[in-house]
Amino acid sequence: MQLREMELDLVRILQKDARISTENIAKMLQVTTEEIEDAIEKLEKDNVLVRYSSVVDWSKVEGHEGVTAMIDVKVAPKRGVGFDEVAHRIYRYKEVKSVYLMSGAYDLSVTVEGRTMHEVATFVSEKLSTLDSVLSTTTHFQLKKYKHDGTIFGDHGEDKRIVVSP
Amino acid sequence: MKTKTSYISQSVKNLKPSGIRKFFDLAANMEGVISLGVGEPDFITSWTVREAAILSLEQGYTSYTANAGLLELREKIAAYMKEGYSVDYDPNDEIIVTVGASQALDISMRAIIDQGDEVIVVEPGFVSYVPLVQLAGGVAVTVGTKPENDFKVTAEELEAAITPRTKAVLLCSPNNPTGTVLERENLEELAEVIRKHDLVVLSDEIYSELAYDHRHVSIASLKDMRKRTLVINGFSKGFAMTGWRLGFICAPEEIASSLLKIHQYAMMCASTPAQHAAVEALDKGMDDVMEMKRSYRHRRHYFVDSLNEFGLTCHTPGGAFYAFPSIKKTGMSSEEFAEKLLMEEKVAVVPGNVFGKGGEGYIRCSYASSMEQLQEAVKRMKRFVENHS
Ligand SMILES: Cc1ncc(COP(=O)(O)O)c(C=O)c1O
Repeated sequence: MQLREMELDLVRILQKDARISTENIAKMLQVTTEEIEDAIEKLEKDNVLVRYSSVVDWSKVEGHEGVTAMIDVKVAPKRGVGFDEVAHRIYRYKEVKSVYLMSGAYDLSVTVEGRTMHEVATFVSEKLSTLDSVLSTTTHFQLKKYKHDGTIFGDHGEDKRIVVSP
Repeated sequence: MKTKTSYISQSVKNLKPSGIRKFFDLAANMEGVISLGVGEPDFITSWTVREAAILSLEQGYTSYTANAGLLELREKIAAYMKEGYSVDYDPNDEIIVTVGASQALDISMRAIIDQGDEVIVVEPGFVSYVPLVQLAGGVAVTVGTKPENDFKVTAEELEAAITPRTKAVLLCSPNNPTGTVLERENLEELAEVIRKHDLVVLSDEIYSELAYDHRHVSIASLKDMRKRTLVINGFSKGFAMTGWRLGFICAPEEIASSLLKIHQYAMMCASTPAQHAAVEALDKGMDDVMEMKRSYRHRRHYFVDSLNEFGLTCHTPGGAFYAFPSIKKTGMSSEEFAEKLLMEEKVAVVPGNVFGKGGEGYIRCSYASSMEQLQEAVKRMKRFVENHS
């Protein structure tokens, strides 16, 4: 789908900050708020703007740290449906945050989030690895998030400039 | 032995301290200030550029470069000037890498000014211009510009300021503090006057990458202008590299060789890691420049529209990252406005009068701040204006 220059700018602005008001976006792009509202509606309908989300650093919130694991899954593809069928089965679990088909040493990359390591381990051993077409799993727990979705964690973007300068 | 009354030279004694300095001192000790007072990008230099400097140090490039700068960098600058601004310079003897556009300005003045020569300086303009002319022994003749003309100097205004002593004209586009861009037609008109009176042009194009509505035009690219123009540019603004202190001058060979004489005695050469970084900036940094420019453009629209909405009338600046709204309706002077705004709402701006003639009644606000900061600044400034009208 070809986007107009204004729509591209709009998407870029929302990707940085989904909470910015329509009025302010309209000012930034020198169009009316109606035009922005219409464009957003269209982009939502076309599934270009899929969802508005917040990047949360849960490690900052006591009692909510949680664990994330990335699991390399080897699969025996089924005739006719290839990897799709098993991928669909996997992504329906609410513990699963993302599923990608990968090239290389394994087939699916599955991200799983849980409250504790035990919870994730149970999910992997009881749900994931018992699926018919799953041949093997390798689980990697994330130890620390440095950068997520283009955002550097723990970086306060502190302004190092002096207050007044030429 | 006769004792001296003072160790300080008369020309330094005659200099006025910068008006910006005063606001710096005021704002520096306050907490929670939103600063629109800065004349530099809010971006950090691209990582690839920073990396190039680190690599340069790791490889042990810690000695002087050629006086005019690394040839590799001059070649890149030559290509940049040709592709970007349609002027050809020979990297061997027409380009000099300097310590910021600031040093470029300084040696340009010293190379062309004889005692008592007049240099026409357009105002409101960058705070260094008049002092640098004076330090070089020249006389700064200032020409004010008007908001009705979008702060563009007209050919008539320029011509009216010319006397038999006039040697040079200093132009800056996009301009600090007004953001005004001189488009091709404006430059053509000015060039005609400049040719007629056989003047030299010092063209400060440090904001050339930050022209939003039209592509930047270098006056050197106009007919018969290259031979009389010193193009001053650098990496500070467009490439977000203010702290690296790296600029350059492009000038015809005869002028460049004279500039080089001063540069080699006064400075030897610009810093070596910074020069390696600049090579990378010209090589791989242009995408980031475009990205930063898009971001400034969005913020410009937001900020200027907002100012106009609550009554600080402001022309749409075509470039740089400054808005220059009128504060006349508040009845306050520029300094009074800036000082009260800082004290009451903790927003730092620079009073327009520090930029010279025509700047009184205006303030300079930099919109090179995050949207969050700008939105908060707009809120506070709106409240301030409502409380004072
Ligand atoms: C118009 C103008 N010229 C020159 C300079 C100095 O730039 P540099 O950092 O390259 O010395 C500035 C910096 O604010 C400026 O605004």
